[in-house]
Amino acid sequence: MSKFKKGKKSKELPPISTASLPDIVFMLLCFFMVVTKMREADIKVRTKVPQITELRKIENKSLNSFIFIGPPSNQYQAQLGSAPRVQLNDAFAKPSDIMAFATQRRTDVPPGQHNEMTVSMKVDGEVKMGLVTEVKTELRKANMRRVFYLGNRRSTKK
Amino acid sequence: MADRKIPEINAGSMADIAFLLLVFFLVTTTIQTDAGLYQLLPQWVEEESTAEPPKKNKKNVMQVKITASDQVIVEAGKQPAQINFDVLSLKDRTIEFLTNNGKTEDLSEKPTMAVIVLQNDNGTSYDKYLSVLNELNAAYNTIWNQASKDKFAVAYDALTKEQQEEIKMKYPKFLSEADATDFDKKK
Repeated sequence: MSKFKKGKKSKELPPISTASLPDIVFMLLCFFMVVTKMREADIKVRTKVPQITELRKIENKSLNSFIFIGPPSNQYQAQLGSAPRVQLNDAFAKPSDIMAFATQRRTDVPPGQHNEMTVSMKVDGEVKMGLVTEVKTELRKANMRRVFYLGNRRSTKK
Repeated sequence: MADRKIPEINAGSMADIAFLLLVFFLVTTTIQTDAGLYQLLPQWVEEESTAEPPKKNKKNVMQVKITASDQVIVEAGKQPAQINFDVLSLKDRTIEFLTNNGKTEDLSEKPTMAVIVLQNDNGTSYDKYLSVLNELNAAYNTIWNQASKDKFAVAYDALTKEQQEEIKMKYPKFLSEADATDFDKKK
């Protein structure tokens, strides 16, 4: 090997190899793919959730459904105004639609796991409780009683 | 070396492709927010079967009310109502009420008899409601944790299901929600 080097001793610096750059970026990519999840539904309402301390992890995400409550996001405000709305799946809904929504969800879940189904409520902090109570009442009627109020972790200060 | 002739494949654009993928994933995904405050809602009962609720001694009941203007009113046992209660001290107050064990005459007799009633108004903001509910749950969690540490010398979360049940038997969670008031329609 040294025989070759002796012949063409380069005076200039060798270019920095960028061959490992894709590896680095792929590593970043993999990291993001692991820690994030695909957005299941297009969220059409603004939900700035309150900060709480007593958070519990949702055990089985496939048995969980989402309900969003909040003022419509900017692009919908022209048509719908800024009064808080309920969003189920992809569309705006009325609290009375929850019964049908629950029935629909039950068909997707094996019967043995019906009593393990949970509902995550992602509600904007500014929303008045009247609407939230209405949704909760509908959930009780639909027998979807395991509820998670989503919130951001607040650091406990003593 | 014969294979010197084959030009090296330029890997420079590989990084660009990977970055493009990265940006795509950044845009289409969200960081997981899959933790929340758990609550089991009570069973729905039709209006007709309104049996007389069991009469509770007033000193075993702690009432927490949130008004339409987000004011918290706490009435623990037979003690006078505290208006404009600070949410951050609600947890300590709740623990004091629950673990009284008959020490003070006008607070709960036993943790197994103590009941907390939460009532909000239709005009209450969700922010306030959740922070109050959070504090009440925090009180129970703290008590359970303490009981678990005393008995099993580990944190409550580390216990088995049966051990957790055992603790919950000693300090049951009676947290009920009264029907919401409606300040706007009262007038």
